[in-house]
Amino acid sequence: MTRRGRHSTLLRLLAALLLLVLFLFPIYWLFMIAFKTPEEIFSSPPAWYPAAIQFDNFRVLFKDGDAKTVFNSLFIAGSSTVLAMFFGTIAAYSLARFRTGGENLAVWIISQRMIPPIAIVFPLFLLYVFLGWVDTYHGLILLYTAFNLPYVIWMMRGYIEDVPLELEESALVDGYTRWGALLRVVFPMVRNGLFATAVFTFVFAWNDFIFALVMTRSEVTTYPVQVTHYFGAQSNFWAKIAAMSVLGAAPVFVAVAFMQRYLVRGISLGAVKG
Amino acid sequence: MAGLSLAGVEKSYGSVGAVRGVDLDVAEGEFAVLVGPSGCGKSTLLRCIAGLEEVDAGTVTIGDDVVNDVRPRDRNLAMVFQNYALYPYMNVRENIAFGLKARRTPPAEVEARVRRAADMLGIGALLDRLPRQLSGGQRQRVAIGRAIVRDARLYLFDEPLSNLDAQLRDEMRTEIKRLHQELGKTMIYVTHDQIEAMTLADRIVLLREGAIEQEGAPLDLFERPVSRFVARFLGSPPINFIPGRFEGDATGLAVRCGEDAVFPLPRERAAALAARAGSDVILGVRPEHITGSTHAARRLEHLVPHEVTIDLVQPTGTRLYGAFALAGIEVLAELQAHDVERPGETIEVLFDMQRAILIDPKDDLVI
Repeated sequence: MTRRGRHSTLLRLLAALLLLVLFLFPIYWLFMIAFKTPEEIFSSPPAWYPAAIQFDNFRVLFKDGDAKTVFNSLFIAGSSTVLAMFFGTIAAYSLARFRTGGENLAVWIISQRMIPPIAIVFPLFLLYVFLGWVDTYHGLILLYTAFNLPYVIWMMRGYIEDVPLELEESALVDGYTRWGALLRVVFPMVRNGLFATAVFTFVFAWNDFIFALVMTRSEVTTYPVQVTHYFGAQSNFWAKIAAMSVLGAAPVFVAVAFMQRYLVRGISLGAVKG
Repeated sequence: MAGLSLAGVEKSYGSVGAVRGVDLDVAEGEFAVLVGPSGCGKSTLLRCIAGLEEVDAGTVTIGDDVVNDVRPRDRNLAMVFQNYALYPYMNVRENIAFGLKARRTPPAEVEARVRRAADMLGIGALLDRLPRQLSGGQRQRVAIGRAIVRDARLYLFDEPLSNLDAQLRDEMRTEIKRLHQELGKTMIYVTHDQIEAMTLADRIVLLREGAIEQEGAPLDLFERPVSRFVARFLGSPPINFIPGRFEGDATGLAVRCGEDAVFPLPRERAAALAARAGSDVILGVRPEHITGSTHAARRLEHLVPHEVTIDLVQPTGTRLYGAFALAGIEVLAELQAHDVERPGETIEVLFDMQRAILIDPKDDLVI
């Protein structure tokens, strides 16, 4: 490598490192606060890291029952993801293979996803009051399912259309039913798309604030809503905010780490003549 | 195993009629080839037989059962698709066994049959590979293995060789022919390639615009086509069509093409066509029926000499195709390698008027 080339590489590395620090610092700071004592949190000059790792901030959350909101979020986001994926994939199969509703229906479905949540949250709230679904698990689960369905249908339709029709027809001739072909041929072929779509569906429900804020009171509060309870008029509970945020971020980290190998494309190579 | 019978089968997509009233009987153990140019409805017809398309009218009978309303899975057929349709996430063994598993075959039997099919196709060593680790020819063998491993009533092939290169195609064609002789199964084979059709078929079914134009033994169709379309479709290089006119005199009947070319018909043909004197005709002569006169052992009545100037030569090694102009048409003759050395030479060629096909230009049917 030339001198000049070495220098420019070094310069680029340096720039990248600088940006990395800039972007990661808030996350680092959040995690540090979560493990600090109250004195350390407010010390001046600021303590860059806690003197000793201690879990008091988390212990308080579990003792007061605040941590239950993370469980609520997990349960609600998880259930709505399963439901949306199941019904969405079947609907997508119908759109892709039977041309249900023609091209217009598919576009109409995705247009539903473009509605700003805030625009529909008030009428939905009135409906939920009427149905008695406010502050219930099934209320939020159904809401997220409905909101995620268009996205799932749109994404899965694309993945299913990419599966060569002959693969399915071959299974049909070989002795499988439509459902058999869907299960044994289409699902394995779209597995990566299925996981990728599920992750995004889960993350939407997990991160949603506006629906959860309006539709819940105290029974099924989700963790994003819970975090806002720590912002007071007089003071903010930084320790709780940080600890709660760490709790809320953890499942997503785990999920992404676990799913990463499915998010990589390339399994469909060799299906048909390329 | 069973035979197949189609009666008045019709299938349209919207206002487009893909299959228009097809009647066809394929005997048990027969190798039938559906052939025709693209868009003639041959693949659609095959899909109707497989049950992947519902027919609009008519009946599809397999063995003794009318299967119009029977789902593909219950028709007990095996099908090989044009682009192999192998499952990329299954190895070769699982791919071949897929259809057997659908029918709940005992595992020991599955293994034995997969083994037998794989050995028959020479892919016994590849059973643990994934499709993406195979060459095109190997994939095609796996696709065929997936069909022959089954004990199906009919075996359907939808242009199985069209994705392979020329050499592999010849190889696989031989293989399929051998398989049919060994297995003796009823096979329906779709192709647009007339050479595949000629070499494989017990019976060729030539389709045109969704209807059967002619069916019969390969040589039947080749030697006795019913129409200009059939004559043009079979044979490579294709048959020459030269416009002309019947000319009668006291001694017989001849075809005049242009100013100076007169081809007298053999006596029997002339007698049968005497009434047509004066009417237009298209003279269809295959290149192999226009030969160089120097090599003709003796002059027969039906070999009519004519002097032509060869303006294009295409040697193939053993033979040589020479092109010349006749009645404003470029005509191709199949000559011996050294009949013509270079373009521009004038030679005498012999037209085989016994085998020449005479077509009525009004309806394009063979007279």
